[in-house]
Amino acid sequence: MSDTPLRPDLALIVDWIRPGARVLDLGCGDGILLAHLTRERQVQGYGLEIDEPHITACINAGVNVIEADIDDGLKEFRSGSFDVVIMTQALQALVRPDFTIAEMLRVGRRAIITFPNFGHWRVRRSLFGGHMPVTPALPEPWYATPNIHLCTVHDFESLCLDRGWRIQDRRLLDRSLREGTRMRVAPNLFAEHALYLLEAPQ
Amino acid sequence: MGASLPGSVGVVTPRKIPFEQALHLDCGRSLPRFDLMVETYGTLNATASNALLVCHALSGDHHAAGVHGPDDRKPGWWDTCIGPGKPIDTDRFFVVSLNNLGGCRGSTGPNTPNPQTGQLYGPDFPLLTVRDWVRSQAMLADHFGIQRWAAVVGGSLGGMQVMQWAIDFPERIAHAVVIAAAPRLSAQNIAFNEIARQAILTDPAFHGGRFYAHNTVPSNGLKLARMLGHITYLSDEAMRAKFGNELRAPRPGFNFDVEFEVESYLRYQGQRFVERFDANTYLLMTKALDYFDPARDHGGRLADAFRHAEARFLVIAFTSDWRFSPGRSREIVQALVEAGKDVSYTLIDSDLGHDDFLMDIPHYHDVLRGYLRRVADGVSS
Repeated sequence: MSDTPLRPDLALIVDWIRPGARVLDLGCGDGILLAHLTRERQVQGYGLEIDEPHITACINAGVNVIEADIDDGLKEFRSGSFDVVIMTQALQALVRPDFTIAEMLRVGRRAIITFPNFGHWRVRRSLFGGHMPVTPALPEPWYATPNIHLCTVHDFESLCLDRGWRIQDRRLLDRSLREGTRMRVAPNLFAEHALYLLEAPQ
Repeated sequence: MGASLPGSVGVVTPRKIPFEQALHLDCGRSLPRFDLMVETYGTLNATASNALLVCHALSGDHHAAGVHGPDDRKPGWWDTCIGPGKPIDTDRFFVVSLNNLGGCRGSTGPNTPNPQTGQLYGPDFPLLTVRDWVRSQAMLADHFGIQRWAAVVGGSLGGMQVMQWAIDFPERIAHAVVIAAAPRLSAQNIAFNEIARQAILTDPAFHGGRFYAHNTVPSNGLKLARMLGHITYLSDEAMRAKFGNELRAPRPGFNFDVEFEVESYLRYQGQRFVERFDANTYLLMTKALDYFDPARDHGGRLADAFRHAEARFLVIAFTSDWRFSPGRSREIVQALVEAGKDVSYTLIDSDLGHDDFLMDIPHYHDVLRGYLRRVADGVSS
């Protein structure tokens, strides 16, 4: 695990984490990000996961994993008990993404959220042609997708503005998870993936 | 089950280990000396760093794995989990399993002689706490030259001993595996225990705990206690699946004979228990359960009780367990997270109930095997 380079979007997240931070990773998968953060940033980390093979993979990797459904909320975690709460590529599959983000910012001082941008031109082209999009970032057909609350970069930032969540930083990535000029010029059109670093209202 | 079966530790022989020094107990009294009945599986390495302690539950004993002879058909109580290549891998760990103090299977307890009187202790045997057990287990570790357990593992009341180990001897336990346990009993748990105790205490054959001298046993009381316990070990669904509510006869008999399958099962379980268990030990074990509450000494805050723990934790619960429900395990997990301790938690889909911790459910054993493999790897590196 330590030999494979970290996925570029996850590497960007690592840059946002201070050494020794207390980290909660919602939907931590096989624990690759937490394992990396523990090694490179000496974090005290825990992952939440519901998928049995992922839980076993975390245990095998020596990552702290706690079986829990994000949609059930984070009520068992005390307010301000983490420096940062991370959720990668799960926002769009939640029952109430806004509730979850509010919970992330209650439990942690900061939140890191990544999601596929539904404003990307490929998505728009599909819809313009009368079809639900199937893109590299959204590979499943409409009937089999776990994604029930897709949003665009604009939608997400409007929600943050509305709720008073402060955007400390954002990274917009193409399909190969790299940054580039086009994403800076017209982010909502060219970014396939969006990464946000949020802080709770003061 | 034969000794030659793959994955079995084979024929094992229990040993009685004497401790000739006094053990001071939480109740204020002390035992002048005591014996612990022990089985071990696997080989202790040169640095004594591969030792794993198994703590038993309410009615368990030292016989956790293997068989007692080539014709013994009944393996130890956790044989599904302990053996070569099994989750608790005896090719890698030196596994120590004991009959707790106060037990009735060879360790010093109510049915062994009080050295001061020469008579059986009976009701004069002091009531014990989980802390007392852990203290005696630490002396057992000293006996084997084990400075630090690679892991301490237990289910139910055994899981409580694991937590107490991490709290009382933080430097002597590297990994704590807490299965189907609770941070303390609920009022409902204590209520069940109290009914079980009353069944024993009010049995005329109990004779205030001195039934040995009367050449009898309070079999009715102990049987009732076990029948009640059994209900709490099984889920509603498991009982339904196992027994339904079918009459054994074509029509109701309008009497109090065994008419339903579940009645037959409970009476059988109760009767078998009477043949192998001591009533005074049952009273003592249920009291130890009731008293367990590590948060009590820390202003009711479990996280504070764990503050000085150094072990890494694995906590496992079962969906169908209503005796110590998954919510109770999550209390443990939340306290550990709050205390900043390393902890993993998994909830195993199960049908049987509390007793599922003894079953070889694939995901359960995968998690346990994966976790303990890392523990063993850490030991040998």
